[in-house]
Amino acid sequence: MSHPSPGAVLKAVSKGRGGIHVAHNKITAESETVRMPPPRTVVLPMQQHIGAPCTPTVKKGDHVDVGQVIGDSDKYVSAPIHASVSGTVTAVADVKLANGRMAPAVTIESDGLMTRWEGIAPPKVTDKAELIAAIRASGLVGLGGAGFPSHVKLNTPEDKPIDTLIINAAECEPYITVDYRECLENSWNIMGAVYTLADLLKVPNVVIAVEDNKPEAIRVLQSIADDDNNRGDTVKLMTLKSRYPQGAEKMMVLSATGRRVPAGGLPADVGCIVMNVASAAFVSRYLKTGKPLTSRSVTVSGDCIKNPMNVRVPIGTSVREIIDFCGGFTEEPYKILSGGPMMGQALVSTDVPLLKSNNAVLAFSKRGAGLKANRDCIRCGRCHEACPMGLIPTQIVKYANKRDAEELSKLGVSVCMECGSCAFSCPANEPLVQYMRLAKEIMREAGVK
Amino acid sequence: MNEPAKLTVSASPHVKGPATVTGIMFDVIIALCPAAIASVAIFGLRAALVIAVCTASCVAFEYLSRRIMKRSSTIGDLSAVVTGVLLAFNLPVGIPLWMCVIGSFVAIVIVKQLFGGVGQNFANPAITARIVLLVSFASAMTNFPLPKSVDAVASATPLATLAGFDRTADLTGQIDLYRAADKLPSFFQMIFGVRQGCLGETCAVALLIGAAYLIVRGVIKITIPFTYIGTVAVFMLIASRGDLTYTAYELMGGGLILGAFFMATDYTTSPVNTKGKIVFGIGCGVLTSVIRLYGSLPEGVSYSILLMNIACPLIEKATAPAYFGFVKKKKEKKPKEEKAEGGAKA
Ligand code: SF4
Ligand code: SF4
Repeated sequence: MSHPSPGAVLKAVSKGRGGIHVAHNKITAESETVRMPPPRTVVLPMQQHIGAPCTPTVKKGDHVDVGQVIGDSDKYVSAPIHASVSGTVTAVADVKLANGRMAPAVTIESDGLMTRWEGIAPPKVTDKAELIAAIRASGLVGLGGAGFPSHVKLNTPEDKPIDTLIINAAECEPYITVDYRECLENSWNIMGAVYTLADLLKVPNVVIAVEDNKPEAIRVLQSIADDDNNRGDTVKLMTLKSRYPQGAEKMMVLSATGRRVPAGGLPADVGCIVMNVASAAFVSRYLKTGKPLTSRSVTVSGDCIKNPMNVRVPIGTSVREIIDFCGGFTEEPYKILSGGPMMGQALVSTDVPLLKSNNAVLAFSKRGAGLKANRDCIRCGRCHEACPMGLIPTQIVKYANKRDAEELSKLGVSVCMECGSCAFSCPANEPLVQYMRLAKEIMREAGVK
Repeated sequence: MNEPAKLTVSASPHVKGPATVTGIMFDVIIALCPAAIASVAIFGLRAALVIAVCTASCVAFEYLSRRIMKRSSTIGDLSAVVTGVLLAFNLPVGIPLWMCVIGSFVAIVIVKQLFGGVGQNFANPAITARIVLLVSFASAMTNFPLPKSVDAVASATPLATLAGFDRTADLTGQIDLYRAADKLPSFFQMIFGVRQGCLGETCAVALLIGAAYLIVRGVIKITIPFTYIGTVAVFMLIASRGDLTYTAYELMGGGLILGAFFMATDYTTSPVNTKGKIVFGIGCGVLTSVIRLYGSLPEGVSYSILLMNIACPLIEKATAPAYFGFVKKKKEKKPKEEKAEGGAKA
C-alpha cells in the first residue's frame, strides 16, 4: 500500500467489488448511549463465542459479583463468561437461545447493587504473550457480530508477520450505530487501543476504516490518526464508500492493503489483523481497569420500537427487557432481529438473552420486513454482480439442488460469508443465503473442502 | 410488555432490494414499445394485430400449460408477454395468424415450459419458434411485404439483395446503382426501418432507443450487444475491404440490432459472467458473419443465437470467474504471483 503524507485520508477503491446499496436507516446515530439499569435477572449462556463452550464454575445458590468468572473452558479457542450483575445464581440449566436451540446457561438474580468483584485489577501487560493472556481473561469476543474470541485472532503465529492492524469502524449494516457512537463517545479509548496494540504486537501500520457517510466519526478518528507526532506516520484513516458489505473482513483487508485473503485463509495470511472498533476500545478500557466484558452497547431500533436508541446493557439481559427499556413496541412486531437486517438472526421469541456478539435488537412490522413470494430464478446474474466474493449464487443453487459437492467446491462456496448481498439483489426472491448454507452443509457431509 | 404473539423467523437478509421479475419484464416491454409503434407506422395496423395475437396466445399458453402441469401461475411475471412481443417482431407482417399461434405454442409450451419454465429453457423461446416456423412454412415466413409508404418494385430484403453483390467489386457503387433503381432503400430509410423485413427488426432508431433504456435501467449489460455487433462490423469491413456503406447496410439490414440487444441478451440463455458474455457475443458475431458471407442464407442472426444458446452452459463453465481469494493449485506461474504480492506489499 502506498503511504500518503501524514494527515491524508486513504480512499478505498470500491469499483468492481460487488456489494449493494442498501438504505442506511441509521436513525439512532445521534442518540447518545444510555446505560440501562440492572435487570432483575440475567441469563448467561455458556457459549457466546465461536469455539469450545464453557463449563459453569458456579452452582445454584452461589453469590456472585460483577466481573466474577462464572464459566470457563480449558480449551484455547474459547472465552470465559463473567457475571454481568451482582446477585445470586438461581439456576444452572438449559435455556432457549435466539436461534431456538437449547444451551446450558447460568441464571443470576440481580441484587440491584452491581457490586464489583473484589478480584478485579488491571492486568500487567508488557509483551504480546501477556496481552493475549489478558485478553483471553477479559472474555472479549468480536463485538462486531462474529463472536470470534479476540485473543485467538490477535495471537497470530510467528511465521506470519503482521504489518497492518485494521480497526474496523465501517459498520456497514443498516440501522446499527453502536460502533459510530463508540467512535464519538470513546475516541480516547480507541486511540489508546491503537497504540497499545500496535506496540505490543509490533505492527508498523494501523489503518482505521470508516464509511464515508459518517463525517462526524471521520473527524474524530482523523484527530486520532493525526495525533501520532512522535510515531511518524503509523496511523491512518481510510474512508470507504458506503456500500454493503465494505466492513467485511476480507473487503477491509483488500481496501486497506490491496491484498486478497486466500480462500480458506485468514487476514493474518496476508499480514493483517482486523479488529472491530468497539472491541479495540474495550481492550483499552480493560487494560486500564481490569473490568472484563460484562456489558455492551446495542442499537435498539426498527419501525416497531417506540424510542429507538443505543443502550449499554449488561450481557445476558433479556431482549424483552431491553425493548421495554426503549418504550416497548408501537405496534405488534412481525419480526425481531438480533443483529442487522442483512446478517442478523430472526428471533423466535423476545425471551432470549443478549449475547456478547449481539450488536443490535431490531423490531420490524410487516411493512418493514415482510417476506416476498419467491419465484423461479430467471438467471439475471444480479446475484453474481452483487457478490463481493465473486461467486455465482445461481449456479450454486443449481448444484445444491443436485447435491453435487464436487461442483459446489469448484464454485468456491466455502468463501461465501453469508453477507446476503445476493439475496438482497435477487428479483426472484430466491432464498440464496439459505442455499449457501445448504451448499456448505452438502460439502461438509461429502467431506470436500 | 407482552411477548409478541407470533414472530416470523426466516433466513437473513431481512431486507430486500427493489428488483422484481415483473419489474424487469415490464422494463423490457417498455423498451420494446418504440419498435412496436414503429412497426405499425411502417407496416400498418396488421403489425399491431400480429403482435396482439402472438402476445395473447403466449400468455394463454403460459397459463394453460402451467395449469395442466399443476404449477403455480406465472403469467404475472410478464415473461410470456415479452416472449410474445419478441416472437411477433421476428415474423413478417403478412404471416397468417394461425401460424402466430403455432409459433407461440412452440415458444411457450415446448421450449419454455416443458423444460421447467422461466430460467430453465436452453434456447431462446422466440428464436426457436421463429426457426421452427421458418423451416415449416418457408414461403409465408420469407414473404416480406413492402412498407406501406414505399411504391418500389423491390421484392427482396436488403440483406438478400446485398447477398447477391459481387464483393470483389466496388460495393458502394453497386449499392448506389440499386438505390437508384429503387431496389434498395436509402440510407435514411434504413435507419428508420422503411424497408422489407420482419416487422420489429427494421427500425434501428426505435430499437436503439429501447436498448438504451434497458441499459440505463440496468436490465441488460452492453457487453453482449457490443461484442456481437462489433464482431459483425469487423467481419463486414474486412469482407467489403473497408466499405463503410456496405457495412452499415449489413448492420441495419437484417435482425442484427433486434437480435443483439433483445434476444442475445436473454438472461436464461446467455452467460451470467462477463467473460462468458464476451465469448458469447463474439461467437454470435462470428456465426452471423459466416452465415451471411458464406452460407446460403442472407440472414443468420436467429441461427447464430440459437447455436450460441446451446453452447452457453459450456461457455459458462469454460469462463468461470475466479472467486475471491482463489488460489491456483498448480505450481506454474508461482514466481510471478509472488512478485505481484511483493509489489502489493511495497
Ligand atoms: S439474482 Fe436471483 S433470479 Fe437473478 S440469477 Fe441470481 S438467483 Fe437467479
Ligand atoms: S451471501 Fe455469499 S454468495 Fe451471497 S453475496 Fe454474500 S458472499 Fe456472495
